[in-house]
Amino acid sequence: MRIPYSWLADWVELPWNARELGSRLTMSGFEVEAIEPAAPAFSGVVVAEILSAERHPQADKLQVCRVAFGEAEPVQIVCGAANARAGLKCALAVVGAKLPGDIDIKPARLRGVESFGMLTSARELGLAESSSGILELPPEAPVGQPLREYLDLDDEVLEIAVTPNRGDAMSVLGIAREVAVLLGGTLGAIPDLPASTDGLDSTGSARGGTSSAQDRLAVHLEAPAACPSFAGCIIRDVNNRAPTPIWLRERLRRSGVRSISPVVDVTNYIMLELGQPMHAYDLAKLRGEIRVRHAHSGEAITLLDGRSIKAEPDVLFITDREGPVGVAGVMGGERTAVSADTRDVFFEGAFFAPEAVIGRARRWGLVTDASQRFERGVDPSLQQRAVERATSLLRSIAGGAVGPVTLVQSVEHLPQRKAVSLRRSQLERLLGLRLPDERVATVLTALKMQVVSTAHGWEAMAPPHRFDIAIEADLIEEVARIVGFEAISEADARGPHRFRSLTEERASEHVMLEALAMRGYEEAITFAFVDPALQAQLFPDQAVLMLVNPIASDLSAMRLSLWPGLLRCALENQRRQQDRIRLFEHGARFIPEGRRTREVDSIAGIAVGPRLPEQWGLAREVRVPVDFFDVKSDLEALLTATGERDAFIFEAAADGLTCLHPGRSARIMRGGRAVGWLGELHPSLVKSMDFTYPPVLFELEVAALAVRRPHYHEISRFPQVRRDLAVVLDESIPLSALAERVTLVAASLLQTFRVFDVYRGPGIESGRKSVALGLIFQDISRTLTDDDVERLIASIVADLRVTLNARIRE
Amino acid sequence: MSDLTPLIEQAQAEIASCGDLPALDEVRVRWLGKKGQLTEQLKSLGTLSAAERPAAGQRINDAKEAVQAAIDKRRAALEKAEVDRALAAGTIDVTLPGRGEERGGLHPVTKARLRIEQLFRRAGFEVASGPEIEDDFHNFEALNIPPNHPARAMHDTFYFPDGRLLRTHTSPVQIRAMLEHGAPLALIAPGRVYRCDYDMTHSPMFHQLEGLVVDERISFANMKAALHGFLQAYFERDLAMRLRPSYFPFTEPSAEVDMSCVFCEGRGCKVCKQTGWLEISGCGMVHPNVLQASGVDPERYTGYAFGMGIDRLAMLRYGLNDLRLAFENDLRFLRQFRAF
Repeated sequence: MRIPYSWLADWVELPWNARELGSRLTMSGFEVEAIEPAAPAFSGVVVAEILSAERHPQADKLQVCRVAFGEAEPVQIVCGAANARAGLKCALAVVGAKLPGDIDIKPARLRGVESFGMLTSARELGLAESSSGILELPPEAPVGQPLREYLDLDDEVLEIAVTPNRGDAMSVLGIAREVAVLLGGTLGAIPDLPASTDGLDSTGSARGGTSSAQDRLAVHLEAPAACPSFAGCIIRDVNNRAPTPIWLRERLRRSGVRSISPVVDVTNYIMLELGQPMHAYDLAKLRGEIRVRHAHSGEAITLLDGRSIKAEPDVLFITDREGPVGVAGVMGGERTAVSADTRDVFFEGAFFAPEAVIGRARRWGLVTDASQRFERGVDPSLQQRAVERATSLLRSIAGGAVGPVTLVQSVEHLPQRKAVSLRRSQLERLLGLRLPDERVATVLTALKMQVVSTAHGWEAMAPPHRFDIAIEADLIEEVARIVGFEAISEADARGPHRFRSLTEERASEHVMLEALAMRGYEEAITFAFVDPALQAQLFPDQAVLMLVNPIASDLSAMRLSLWPGLLRCALENQRRQQDRIRLFEHGARFIPEGRRTREVDSIAGIAVGPRLPEQWGLAREVRVPVDFFDVKSDLEALLTATGERDAFIFEAAADGLTCLHPGRSARIMRGGRAVGWLGELHPSLVKSMDFTYPPVLFELEVAALAVRRPHYHEISRFPQVRRDLAVVLDESIPLSALAERVTLVAASLLQTFRVFDVYRGPGIESGRKSVALGLIFQDISRTLTDDDVERLIASIVADLRVTLNARIRE
Repeated sequence: MSDLTPLIEQAQAEIASCGDLPALDEVRVRWLGKKGQLTEQLKSLGTLSAAERPAAGQRINDAKEAVQAAIDKRRAALEKAEVDRALAAGTIDVTLPGRGEERGGLHPVTKARLRIEQLFRRAGFEVASGPEIEDDFHNFEALNIPPNHPARAMHDTFYFPDGRLLRTHTSPVQIRAMLEHGAPLALIAPGRVYRCDYDMTHSPMFHQLEGLVVDERISFANMKAALHGFLQAYFERDLAMRLRPSYFPFTEPSAEVDMSCVFCEGRGCKVCKQTGWLEISGCGMVHPNVLQASGVDPERYTGYAFGMGIDRLAMLRYGLNDLRLAFENDLRFLRQFRAF
C-alpha cells in the first residue's frame, strides 16, 4: 500500500520526516518497504498562464504563445499541444530548466519562430505514464510559483506492507490512527477535504442543492449476515467529463491509482482515505430496486473488466430487477458501469462480512482493492460517512443534485465486539516484561479500546474497525507492539539438564554423507518433482503422484527415485564439459501406496566417466570408464560402516529394473528385504539420453543402514596359515555360491576369504572361469598343523567338485 | 726388531685409498689376516731375548690396533657413502600430486544445516522431522490458518489431486511433535519446503528451519535470547538483532527478526539494500489455538516458535548470491565446498 507523506500529514501532525516515520511504523508492525520521491527530480518549472495563442505562420500544428510566468515580461513559446489556449494555467519549463531524463531546456527556433522554454505535459514531468496535451492547472494556481512547491512534489511516498490481520490499517485513516498512538495520543476528528471543494462544511457534508428527498433507491438486505449495512445515495446531473482537480489526481497517482473520471476517482479516493471500498453505478442502467442476495448456483455476471464468471451460492451478489450488477466486495458488473457520459449516479458504500468475501475473488484469479479490504474487515460504522464524503467530493468536482443518503442496516447482524480480559500475570509471563498498570491502560485506550480495570488486570473492548482482537494474546500483542519489542530484555530460559538416550543404531547423517564425499562424490540437492516423461522412461508402469499446479510441466511428477534428478544433473554437467562426474543425494522419494504416499528417506548416487581423475602413474585407471565394481566398492564403504557388511546381499535379478543393464545390475537385500539397487544404466537409455560414458547408479534406503553396535571378539594368539586355490567352474556360478560352500566346509577355521583373480582364456575350457582364492585359516585355541590345513583343503576341494562341478587348476 | 712406524703408515695409506668395502676387506686380510704382514711380525718375536720380547710384543699389538682402527673408520665412512648414494638415487619429486581418488564434498546448504543442527543440539534442542507431503490440517488448519484465510495467499501451495499438498513450511512438524510428545519440549525441525514461485530469489524448493520451545515459563524474552544467541554462534561474531512486530496466524505476538548486516556491519550496502539490516527469521509466541489443536494446555504452558531459511543462512555464510545456483548442482560450484 502506498501512502503519500503529505496526505498523512493532513491527518496527523508529524514531528518526523519520512525516513523517521518509516522506521517508527516498521518497528510497530507496519513494515515500510520503500520510501520513494513523489516525483522525479526536475527544476526550472513554474506555474504560468497563456496570455495569447496564435497559429504558427509556418506550421498548422504549432501555436505561438505569449506566456506570463511571474517575471516582468512574458515569454514567447512555440507549443504543439492542441489544448494550449489563451487563459490556460499551465506548467512552463523556462530556459535553463532541467527535466527528467536529462533534458535541458534551451532557447530554440521552431520553423523560424523563436521559443524560450517549453510548456510541459504531465508525462514530461514524470507525473503520468502518458498524457495528451500540456498539463492543465486550475485557474487559481498562482503564476510564477515553482511547480514543485505548488503541487508539493517534494513529497515522499511510503510503501507499506500491511499484514493480513490489519485490514483497518489499509487507508490513510488507518495509518494515521497508528501514528497518533505512536505519538502518544489518539487520532482526532477527520480533517476537511482539501481546498477547491467549495460548498462543503467542515464535516464534508454538502450544503444545499439536494434533489428531492424522495429521490432514493430502495435497498433490500436479503442476506443480512453477509451484508448487514448498506449506504446508498443518488446524485443526478453530474458532469462526468469535468476534469478531476490536480490535487486529487496527484493523490491518486502517488497512491498508485490511475485517474479515470470524476465519479471513479472519487470512489477510489474515499477508499484510499477511509478504507471503505465504494462503488458507483450508472443510475440510468440500474433496473429497479437493489437486492443484496446470494447467487443462484451457476448464475453468471460480466464484470467491469469484461470477464464473465459463474458464481456458486456462497457468493454474494448485488442485484437489480434484471439480475446481478456486482459481486459484493469484489467488483462491479459491466451492465451498470459508469462511463464518461454518465449523468446520474448511485453510490454504494456497504459492509460485507469477511466470511462472505474471503477467497471468492481468488477463485477467478482476481485480487481487487475492494476484496483485499473486505476480506480483512472494513469498519462497519463507516458506510454512511463514506457515502456522504463521496457525494460532497463529487459535487464539488462534477456538480449535480445530491439525494439523501440512505442507510439500510440489520443491526443484529453487525459485528459485535466482546470485552476481552487481560491478566497482568499472563502479560508478564508471556512477554517476560513487567509494565506499570497505567502504561498498559494508556496503550489500550490510545488504540480506541474501551478499557475497564479488574482485580487481575483489565477488560478491553475493541473499536469497530478492529477485527483482530478476540483473545487475551491479541491484547498482549498490542501492548508489546506499542511499547516496543526492544523494551523486552533477553533472558535465557533455564531448564533442568535432561539426558535422553542416544541411539547408535541410526547412522549419523553427517558420517553417512562424509563416507561418500570421501570416495569422491559431490552432494547434489535436486527438486523433489521431476520430468514425468523421463521418470516414465526409467520406471514405466509405476504409479506416480502428480502435482495439480506445477511450475513447469517437466517439474510435475513427484520423484519415485533420486535417479531422474541425478541423471539430469549429470547430463547438465556433461554439457558443461565435465567428463568425470560423481554425484550423490540424500532425500525423500515418494511411493504412492493406495491413497497414501510412502516417503522413503534415500541415498543415491551416480558415477560417470573415467574410473579415476586424470593423473600421472595410473594410465589405465584414468582411461577406463567407471564400472559396476568401482561403484560397488564405494557403496561397500557405506555398508561396512553398518558393522554388518555381510548382511547385505547383492543378487542378480532377472525381474530387475528395466532402466538398468540386465546383466550388470543387482538388487541389494538386507534381512530378506530389498533395500536398494546398484547397476549400469541400460545401454538404450545411455544412447537416448546421450551419455558419453555409461553411468553407474545406486540407491539405498537410509533405514537399511541401521548400525549393529560393534561387539569385541577375541583375537587368536596362534599363527595363521594361507593357502591359495585356483578353482575352475562354470561361468554361471556366482562367487557367492563358491563362497558359501567354502565357508560352510571350513567353518570357524576360515578367517578370511579373498578373491585375487578371475581368469578366462587359454588353459580354461570355454564357458568356464578360474577363480583364484586366498584362504586364511586360524584356530582360536591352537596352532594349525600342515596336516590340519591339508585335510581342510582336501575336503573343500572334494566338496566343490561335487556341489559345483569345480576342479582345481594346478 | 725394526721400527713399525713405516709399516703402519703404509697400511694407513692403503686403507685410505680403498674405494669400496671389498677392497677394504682385501687390505684387512693383507695386514691383519692370519698371514698378514703385521701378524707375520709376531713370528719374529721368537728371535728376541726374553727381556726384549714384552716390549716388542706390545709394539706389534699397538700397531695392529692402529691399523684396525683405521679400517673401522674407513668402513664406517664407506658404508655411509653407500647409504647416501642409495638415498640420492631414490629421491622423488615431492611436488607431484598424490595418487588415487579425490575427495568430494557436501552441498553448502547441507553444511549449513548440519552446523545449525549441531549448534541447537548443544543448546539442548532435539532435531525432529516430518513428512514433506502434508495434509491441510497439519500445514494450515492446526496452525490457525482456516480455509480462505488471507495468509494462505502468502503460501503459493503445490497441491495434489486429492487435496494433499507439499508442505509450505516446516511448521507442521510443530503440530506433529506436540501431538506425539506433548509438553515440555525444545526442538528444531530442518527440512525441505515447497512454494510455487521461481525467480532470482525464490526457488520452488528450499530449506527451512523450524524451532519450537514449550514449557511452563517460556517468555518472549527467552525467545529473544535464544535467537540472538543462535545468530551470534552461527556467524561467530557479535551482531545486533531487532524484532519487528509482524503477523503469523500461528504465533502471537509475532515478529520479524532482523540482524545487522554481516557484509557491511550495519553501515548499509547492496546486500541489505542500504538498511543495515537483514531479515533472517520470523518468530513469535505460540498461539493458544495452536497449543490447543496440539493437545497442550495453553493455561499451563507457553512457548515460542521460529522459522528461518537455511538456504539464506548458507548464502550469507558462504557468500552465495543466487539461490537458484545452489540447486543447479554445477560441479564447478559444488567443488568449492569440499572443506569439512
